[in-house]
Amino acid sequence: MHIVDRRLNPKAKSLGNRQRFLRRAKAEIREAVRDAIKRRKVSEIDGGENIRIRSKGLREPSFGLGSHTGERDFVLPGNREYSVGDVIRKPEGGAGGGGQKGSPDGEGEDDFVFSLSREEFLDLFFDDLKLPNLVKAKLKDLRSPEPMRAGFTTEGPPAKLNRLRTMRNSLARRIALRRPRLAELEELEAAIRAEEAREPPDRERITRLHARLAHLSHMRKVVAYIDPIDLQYNRHERRPKPKTQAVMFCLMDVSASMTEALKELAKRFFMLLHLFLSRHYAEVDIVFIRHTTTAQEVDEDTFFRDTESGGTVISTALEEMLRVVAERYPVEDWNIYAAQASDGHNFDDDMERCVTMLQRDILPICQYFAYIEVMPEAQIAPMQSVAWAGYSEVAPGQPYFAMRRVSSPGEIYPVFRELFSGSASGSEERAAR
Amino acid sequence: MTAAATRRPLFDGAEWNFEVLKRSYDAIEEIGAGEMGLDIYTNQIEVITAEQMLDAYASIGMPNMYRHWSFGKHFAREDVLYRKGARALAYELVINSDPCINYVMEENTMTMQMLVMAHAAMGHNHFFKNNYVFQQWTDATAILDYLRFAKEYVTECEEKYGVETVEAVLDSAHALMPQGISRHPVRRQSRTAKHERERKRREHEEATYNELWRTVPRSQLPQKPLTPEAKEAEEESQSLGLPQENLLYFLEKHSPKLDDWKRELLRIVRMLGQYFYPQRQTKVMNEGCATFVHYEIMGRLYDKGLITEGSMLEFMHSHSSVVYQPRFEDKSFGGFNPYALGFAMMRDIKRISEEPTPEDRDWFPEFAGNGDALGNLKEAWANFRDDSFILQYLSPKLIRDFRLFQIHDNTGSSFVEVKAIHDELGYRRVRNVLADQYDAAARDPDIQVVNADLSGGRRLTLQHRVRRGVLLDKDQCDRTLQHVAHLWGYRVKMLEVDVENGKTLKEHEALPLP
Repeated sequence: MHIVDRRLNPKAKSLGNRQRFLRRAKAEIREAVRDAIKRRKVSEIDGGENIRIRSKGLREPSFGLGSHTGERDFVLPGNREYSVGDVIRKPEGGAGGGGQKGSPDGEGEDDFVFSLSREEFLDLFFDDLKLPNLVKAKLKDLRSPEPMRAGFTTEGPPAKLNRLRTMRNSLARRIALRRPRLAELEELEAAIRAEEAREPPDRERITRLHARLAHLSHMRKVVAYIDPIDLQYNRHERRPKPKTQAVMFCLMDVSASMTEALKELAKRFFMLLHLFLSRHYAEVDIVFIRHTTTAQEVDEDTFFRDTESGGTVISTALEEMLRVVAERYPVEDWNIYAAQASDGHNFDDDMERCVTMLQRDILPICQYFAYIEVMPEAQIAPMQSVAWAGYSEVAPGQPYFAMRRVSSPGEIYPVFRELFSGSASGSEERAAR
Repeated sequence: MTAAATRRPLFDGAEWNFEVLKRSYDAIEEIGAGEMGLDIYTNQIEVITAEQMLDAYASIGMPNMYRHWSFGKHFAREDVLYRKGARALAYELVINSDPCINYVMEENTMTMQMLVMAHAAMGHNHFFKNNYVFQQWTDATAILDYLRFAKEYVTECEEKYGVETVEAVLDSAHALMPQGISRHPVRRQSRTAKHERERKRREHEEATYNELWRTVPRSQLPQKPLTPEAKEAEEESQSLGLPQENLLYFLEKHSPKLDDWKRELLRIVRMLGQYFYPQRQTKVMNEGCATFVHYEIMGRLYDKGLITEGSMLEFMHSHSSVVYQPRFEDKSFGGFNPYALGFAMMRDIKRISEEPTPEDRDWFPEFAGNGDALGNLKEAWANFRDDSFILQYLSPKLIRDFRLFQIHDNTGSSFVEVKAIHDELGYRRVRNVLADQYDAAARDPDIQVVNADLSGGRRLTLQHRVRRGVLLDKDQCDRTLQHVAHLWGYRVKMLEVDVENGKTLKEHEALPLP
């Protein structure tokens, strides 16, 4: 007989099977992930998900006997009142008593719930966005601030006791306080015994030795071997990230011309930015500002769900943003990012004001300002929109300002290209606050 | 009290370690192989984590299984259920191999490890080694090597021909797995043995020659000469070995379009199907044997003072939930619990051997009261499978205890009828019907290849021999037929023919997708 410990075998042996399974149901899973994204909050994009799929590709048929034809006999346990010849009405919707069960891989199984890991979920999310691989890896990287050694401390949990230092302290203290060693005591006792054995014993010397022994024993009791003041513990510190907090402004036009589909598109845009920021900052705040002809700060649900009627004045949103910054996010302490989504409508005479505000007030305090103009896919040759024309004036010479027109999720990423590629050099330089 | 009763318990508390595990196994083996005289393969006990257990589950309980998406699917489902707490994992998994591999989970308590070792390493192991269906159909020494070969072969094919192509073949093969079984073993004879038999037959004929037979008038019907086409067709079907019940075997040997590596894949799936067939035929007996053995061993360990009272209570708790049989009206009822039925029958055989009632003496004159319970059980474990076992050993007392009754269901009617209950008139009927219920060959549809028109349109004809009007599930049948067409490469037809009057009740057809 052998006992083998297999627990240390390579983990995730079933990974190959799982990949094959995910590939098999890819279309359905992707659909389910899209639904999940609709339900999730912008800041919740980062995590696994239980998804339910219904897939034709996952059926495993086999020849089985049907339950709706022919006649059959079967035996059941637990009879109480029946005797031979009794007839029993069949229960609704089933062949009496459940004698023959359907094949385990029948129809009922098509509806299938399982959980996607965070990795898999993000992969599918990124797939839609057509992110380059390097960026994907960077975003999926879960490096949280690592605990670093940071000297020693006098208190801590037992597990972190530094024995070397503790013993060193103890030794020093024992020497300093002249704690007698055990050997000394034994020596003394031996001397006493030797003295007592002598003929005639030197009484006086014995008394002296006894006194000395009592003193030393007392010292041993008073001066402890290890004293609480000797204790030294390793200290660890979580090294904070260089930049700790950022605030992300989501600005969106919610006038009636922004349809549900366009808002979904905008949501992806906000999610991607949030994912990026949460990798770089310990804390990311999100402020949602929606606007029509007036602007207001709202919570996320209202932001994506409610539709307002009326025209569009973009500058109101910019004003609102400046107000929030002044009120709650002092520029010295916060890195400010802004993402604006709109369908490009604006009052003609408002554009000039927007451009001035952007150039004079907003861009100087922002790490990055991204603007996307969302439009339905059907719109093949888009007209030059008011906002687009206006912002085009701002763009030249502003490395931290990006604008893009998108009609599908795959086109969002280029807006951030600057951000993702230059994260090491450009934005960090600016982020020296 | 014997001296043994004062022995110290092997362990205390729930924790286990390898040393205790080893010591406990030795004590169990001493009882199982020693006192009870079980005949077992060498055991190999492997400790695994919950994740590894889920993994083993998903790959139909085999280590080193080849890769396929369906295993990933089962894993995903089990995983969700397990995490939700909706389903507990089995405590053990045992492979019919030599050495016999027993998986035990690391989170089991020590008592559970004892139970598992007694159950699997003794009970199942003895059953695997001694039962005739396993001996006839499986080769315990070769299975692990064969699985390794299969895995490597599938991987190699995937690299050469692409994952998706391989998957398509495996999908089709898996769909036909239940039809990939030869139910009747072919007794292979060497040529010399055949000649020898022929010679003996001739000798016998000569020795018993009787002039009288010559005077018996021959059949008056003139032999109708076969048309050339009919003759050719007959020859062809003979050369194809038709009718053939093993669909996978037929496709592997005769499908006109398959590449060689695809044939090998079919063979692998067929071999696995065949390997698992005995387990399907002996569910009740196998679990009954293992449960009886663990019950016996744990009892004896307790009597010897080798396990504490606490352990014994924990064991009793888990044992009694394993052998619980809900009534048919109960919400948790999902058919017979093989552990419950099997265990009850084994205990009953013991009772009949040791303390028979007059009724038992009537019903089981061969062994009632002969006092050799273990001997009788071992004989049953060796020579029966579920259906024959129930037919032979289900006693009137058990039928009364379980309160079994027989229902007749005609799908045309909205009523079912009680045909027999647990009384003098009903015992035999109930026993026959229950035995039928466990006849693997009767549960599966009886499907055969009856015709393959190789010289003409290459249409393959299958026949489902319909018993008592029970047709195939249409949806499943159509989809599975599609898989047959995929492997055959041409049109495939399925005829559902009534066994009694030969009438065709239904037809299905499938064409391979381009």
